Amino acid sequence: MKRYFYILLAIALLSGANVAVHAEDVSKAQIKGLDEQVQDIKKDVLGISAELAQLEEKLLYPSNTQVSVFVSFAKKGGFRLDAMDIKLDGKEVAHHLYTAKELEALRNGGVQRIYTGNIRTGDHQLEVSFLGQSLTGDYRKNASFSISKGVKPKLVEIKVAGPGLGESIAVKEW
Amino acid sequence: MRPLAFLSICAGIGVGLMVLNPARVSASTDLYFGEAIFHAHTNEYFDAISRLDAELGQYYGLDEPGLDTLHFNIDSAQFSVGDFELYYRMHQRAGRAIKSVIEGNVEPAVRNEAIYRLAKILLQKNQPINALHAIEQIKGEIPDSVRDDAAYTRAVIYMTNGRPTDAVRILEGLQGSSTHGGFAAYNLGIALLQLGKDDDGITQLDRAGRTSGNDNGAASIRDKANLALGYKLLESGKPELAKQYLDRVRLNGPFSNRALLGSGWADVALKKYDRALVPWNILLKRNVTDRAVQEVMMGVPFAYGKLGLHGRAALLYGQALESYDKELGKLDTSIKSIQDGKFLEALAREELKKDRNWVVQLRDLPDTPETHYLISLMASHDFQESLQNYFDLEEIRKRLETWERDLVAYEDMIELRRKYYEPLLPEIEKQFQLLDSRMRLRIEQRDNLENKLQAMLIAPRPQFLATVPERIYGQRIALMERRTKHLPDDDAQRQRVERLRGALNWNLYTGYHERLTQAFKRLRELDGVVAELKQTYRSFVRTRQAASLSYEGYDSSLNTLRIKIGEARERVKSTMLRQGHMLEVMAINELDVRRKRIEGDQVKARFALAESYDRAQKAQTDAAFQAVAEQKAEQAKKVAEQAEKDAAAAEAAKQSEAAPKTTGQPAATDKPTGGATP
Repeated sequence: MKRYFYILLAIALLSGANVAVHAEDVSKAQIKGLDEQVQDIKKDVLGISAELAQLEEKLLYPSNTQVSVFVSFAKKGGFRLDAMDIKLDGKEVAHHLYTAKELEALRNGGVQRIYTGNIRTGDHQLEVSFLGQSLTGDYRKNASFSISKGVKPKLVEIKVAGPGLGESIAVKEW
Repeated sequence: MRPLAFLSICAGIGVGLMVLNPARVSASTDLYFGEAIFHAHTNEYFDAISRLDAELGQYYGLDEPGLDTLHFNIDSAQFSVGDFELYYRMHQRAGRAIKSVIEGNVEPAVRNEAIYRLAKILLQKNQPINALHAIEQIKGEIPDSVRDDAAYTRAVIYMTNGRPTDAVRILEGLQGSSTHGGFAAYNLGIALLQLGKDDDGITQLDRAGRTSGNDNGAASIRDKANLALGYKLLESGKPELAKQYLDRVRLNGPFSNRALLGSGWADVALKKYDRALVPWNILLKRNVTDRAVQEVMMGVPFAYGKLGLHGRAALLYGQALESYDKELGKLDTSIKSIQDGKFLEALAREELKKDRNWVVQLRDLPDTPETHYLISLMASHDFQESLQNYFDLEEIRKRLETWERDLVAYEDMIELRRKYYEPLLPEIEKQFQLLDSRMRLRIEQRDNLENKLQAMLIAPRPQFLATVPERIYGQRIALMERRTKHLPDDDAQRQRVERLRGALNWNLYTGYHERLTQAFKRLRELDGVVAELKQTYRSFVRTRQAASLSYEGYDSSLNTLRIKIGEARERVKSTMLRQGHMLEVMAINELDVRRKRIEGDQVKARFALAESYDRAQKAQTDAAFQAVAEQKAEQAKKVAEQAEKDAAAAEAAKQSEAAPKTTGQPAATDKPTGGATP
């Protein structure tokens, strides 16, 4: 019976190592080979993506009319951003509800492209409003800015900040 | 030692992945870099790489990259693209990107960081020797942000390469690290055990098993350390001590089943079978697919057997057999469902991936395999990589499908634009040419005017600045001069004409500078108008060009893209099939291994059941024999007592009789008593 106990104990001890792969019929070389093929596909598809992006930009957003609006956080935000509204010349062009991951991305220095479109050269009115939650409750702000579109693509960055962290909405033209 | 080695490597790789951050710095100085970081933090690594690649390509294509906004973050951008590629499991490209940094003309700190990253990639790709060669190239300063990461990676590389002495030296230095302290404490214990310093290793694991921290990570390290220590002590024949550590493992953690199993075995080793039943009975109620639970199904009846309760043991062995049968049935069904392609179908379901426990949730879908059996396989590096590759291919497949549809939409759009612009443009072009010639004439006139004015700065020509009335006056005076030419010099009429000429010239000559200034001023005003005209002209040219560009010159690129997308779709399709098949084979192999183990358990359980029955029966027979023997002994005792009583009575009677007649009477004690013989 003692022998039986040790057999059972050995099984129990070895079960600690049973997380290793048991797929003996699938060799490491096969896994590696296929993985390399997948990597090659990814590389090629990234190349296609770059070509397609160029084509789309030329076709859909030519530089003389292109405008892109970006959203970023100033000083990690200091609040929870729930929703953002962007109006260009009185027309709503973007409305976005934020997920937890997106908020984390903004807090970590990420910049969200919220809108890309076309406008004529000249001055335009940009209205920004957002809704969020701060320590004291609802945090809602809106602001209006004039942006000037030239021949080059227009990049506009909207920096939002929480209460007490300076300007709640600031616009930077690139 | 094998379980310990496994646990150490597992912890190493775990941390390796944990410390990789998608972005290390704020990218507020470059919008596109910031956009790439945003994508990376939302796990959209394809978009992140695509964005950052385009930005880096543009940067390196510039004549003066120093003026670009990315210039201030170029090192971070290069590292980040490597990180993103690593996250997107493009290790080859990530390695190449990082190698290019190493070989470039960079600061030692940047170079060292790149080497550390390369070493980590190699370690993750299961190339420990190459990782060791790489990490040993680090010389000099390491940036603070990765100092602990690099040291920890170096220690894990040493451990993986069988150099625990070097690992111990590094891990000792990491004990106070806020990010790696827990893992370093655990791995230090393992490294000491690898070195054969069992006492030190046990002390260190004991320390790791008591680390502070309420988060899940800290609790997991504690559990892991206590489990490893418990099993190590069990192996070393110290069950009493082992039990203490195994009992420290949380009852609801991922290591609890193995801890409960081990705790029971420690009691068994101490011959405290009744105490072994406490953890084992808890374990027995848990999910039967777990290996520890299946093992304890044999352990519990074993303990009852040891307690002499063979009937109960036989009953439990019977239940174990029933359960094994049921599980074997489940496994067969699972293997069949994988062979029918249900596993891959289930894996591809989007809604499941949103759930943290999606792997477990798979089992709730109809006709899908019993995923509890696949959890340990799914946790393995090879399976995870293959599974992620399968998901990536699925995502690429959908992306390519969308792109193909987009191309059709673009073609329609181009066709619409062509239909709109083509009839309009010739007429616009005609009008434009007319305006263009008029504009050129006016600009030529303006240029002549400027040339004249410039010449007047050197050689004054007051006549050129005469006003229209003055020119008319001048012409009339000249006519009068011709008419009075023949008159004598003192003629009043001729003198009058000369005075008029004099007055006109006076005005022209005395006002010359003011007139010239005015002329230049007006020329500048004209320049403003001309500039506006030119701007309108350029804007028109651009618009006309944009109109024609909006539908011309796309055919070739659209066709090329269509071919490339088509080819990529084919490749993705065939690779997905192979990747999927590989996953199925891995899953079936895993289920098969589990099947064989249960079959083995089944055989053991049958033998144990038979033995328990024998023992139970023997015990029953022995008990029956004992009962009969006891009964007979009781009867014999009673007979003997009766005989004693009879003998005493006879003796008393004899004595009373002997009183009058004292001789001639036989002794009554030698007479057997009837009916008392067994």
